[in-house]
Amino acid sequence: MENFMELRIPAVSENEPFARDAVAAFCVRLNPSLDEISDVKTAVSEAVTNCIVHAYTGGEGEIRIACEAEGDTVHIRIADFGKGIEDVVRAVEPFYTTLAEEERSGMGFTIMQTFMTSFRLESVPGAGTTVYMSKRFGQAQGKAEYASGVQSKRGGSDAR
Amino acid sequence: MEVAAKVERDTLYIFLSGELDEYSAGAARAEADAVIERNIACSRVVFDLSGVHFMDSAGIGFLIGRYKRLMRCHTPAYIQSPDFAADKILSMSGIYTLIPKL
Repeated sequence: MENFMELRIPAVSENEPFARDAVAAFCVRLNPSLDEISDVKTAVSEAVTNCIVHAYTGGEGEIRIACEAEGDTVHIRIADFGKGIEDVVRAVEPFYTTLAEEERSGMGFTIMQTFMTSFRLESVPGAGTTVYMSKRFGQAQGKAEYASGVQSKRGGSDAR
Repeated sequence: MEVAAKVERDTLYIFLSGELDEYSAGAARAEADAVIERNIACSRVVFDLSGVHFMDSAGIGFLIGRYKRLMRCHTPAYIQSPDFAADKILSMSGIYTLIPKL
């Protein structure tokens, strides 16, 4: 049987190191390189930050993190039940942020897309956001591939 | 996240160590700003990241925030010794055009 895990944690920033370290620990069995594990930790950290800062805007809420191993690949799902994203195409543009005054870089989704092998975003305003991302390990020279989902919706107007 | 500082030949070195994320960035910001305030006469500021073993986009926000404060006094800022992972995220963000790597 392939391995899996699920985590439910309150959306507080103290949980960020725990969340990314737990996912990293889950990945260890898949034999990732240090660089690959660092990519995963960074992507998870970005997703969890989004839940805390944007979905629940610093208030109470729950974050659900699910991981599943499939061969040499980890599939990660990070979900919140917060306010959702009105414009997902805009949200994933590099440097776009709704919180510029808080020293936000607007790079969260760009980092998730670049550091993971695949990335997909689903959001329902008022109901929550779910990020799906996968990382295939053992791709030392592996260039991040831009995945389906949001990317394909953006069509030819690539702002990158 | 720990913030330490030293002044050498008119340069303020700010040494960051630990993990720089959403959780730690707030305190790091306050400490770094206090250090900058105390050494406002220095002619340049170098952020030494050799002790940072994890950094996400909160690190970019942190550095851009300090850069903006320093620009008000026309003090140039630099980054030195990021590890491979930090360098990857910093390169990707384009921050080195504002805060060059030494």
